[in-house]
Amino acid sequence: MATALLSLLGVFVALYLYLYKIGKIGTLVCGTGSCETVQMSPYARFLGVEVSLIGLLGYLGILAFTLGALRPGPAGERWPATVTAVLSGAGVLFSLYLTGLELFVIHAICRWCVGSALIITAIFVASLLDRRTHTAA
Amino acid sequence: MAAEPSGGGMRTFYTGLVVLSVVGIGAILYLMLKPATVSIPVNVAVQASDTAGFQGYVAGSPDAPVEITEFADYQCPYCQTFATIQMPTVEERLIKTGRLRFRYRDFPLSDIHPNARISAHAAACANDQGKYWEMHDKLYDGQADWATKANAAPVFQDYARQLGLDVKAYDECMKSAKYAGRIQASRNLAVQLGVSSTPTLLVGGRLWTGRIDSDAIIHLVDSLAPVKPAPAEADSAAKGAR
Repeated sequence: MATALLSLLGVFVALYLYLYKIGKIGTLVCGTGSCETVQMSPYARFLGVEVSLIGLLGYLGILAFTLGALRPGPAGERWPATVTAVLSGAGVLFSLYLTGLELFVIHAICRWCVGSALIITAIFVASLLDRRTHTAA
Repeated sequence: MAAEPSGGGMRTFYTGLVVLSVVGIGAILYLMLKPATVSIPVNVAVQASDTAGFQGYVAGSPDAPVEITEFADYQCPYCQTFATIQMPTVEERLIKTGRLRFRYRDFPLSDIHPNARISAHAAACANDQGKYWEMHDKLYDGQADWATKANAAPVFQDYARQLGLDVKAYDECMKSAKYAGRIQASRNLAVQLGVSSTPTLLVGGRLWTGRIDSDAIIHLVDSLAPVKPAPAEADSAAKGAR
């Protein structure tokens, strides 16, 4: 259940960044960070697609899956946690790549991107804990 | 997805899900509906200081025999066509050869082009750092990227960054809206002269609208100031071109 709530949080973070990128939201609320530098850099697109859109679709996918896994059938099984761990694990790797770009290529940090990286990492950790719980059961 | 949750646990989960959804959607809607930080006011009262020493953005030699003033709007598609297709030839054949001095003045059609003033202001802020024409070109080249945006300010800020401007100074300039009066003054002047559409060229006291192409402009300049066969003179005049 924690993974579903975290995914929903991730949906809103990614949606905020995507709406900003397509011009539907004004200046990013970023404190002293450099969100706009990162969002306007060429690295804000991956294979021609907005990174924020990739994040949004990824979080929506994990959210839909984790909600579906709450049904009585799969709820007591281990495999949904494994699938969630695989999906979020891919997200963690992608976030690592993006954070690396921020630190070493763009030389600017977007707090919302860091927030998203923390959320996907938390989903990954929660799904691993879920797997462990089921192993122990 | 751990051990099957109890009824109470599920209730708490769904409550959390609903609360988070409501808060998230509310926050997104608030941010979408909040007025943009950068806003250039329309119909401001023009102060004397707004126009002091400013008569438009000029390219070309001060000694050029002919001057053309363009009244234009960065969000106007015809102005974009003129700037990107006709102007390179005009610049090459007339401005750089010292035969034409070209003056650009803002005539934002704010009623139909919501980003007209903010784009004009972005150009004015770039002018502060000596990169007016570079920003002018960026704005027209990228018109399709910002024309329909509810908030085009980030796109213009990105242009500023690409042009190597001091972005902090540019941001402060944009937030201050300090050139709103100047843009309005330019528009007022255009209205006084009878300008009603964009682009409109002012040549020798006469307005020229409709189909404007580089050939016609070259013919016009030829008729007003026939070419003299003096290459050395043309070379020295070209030094004043942008």
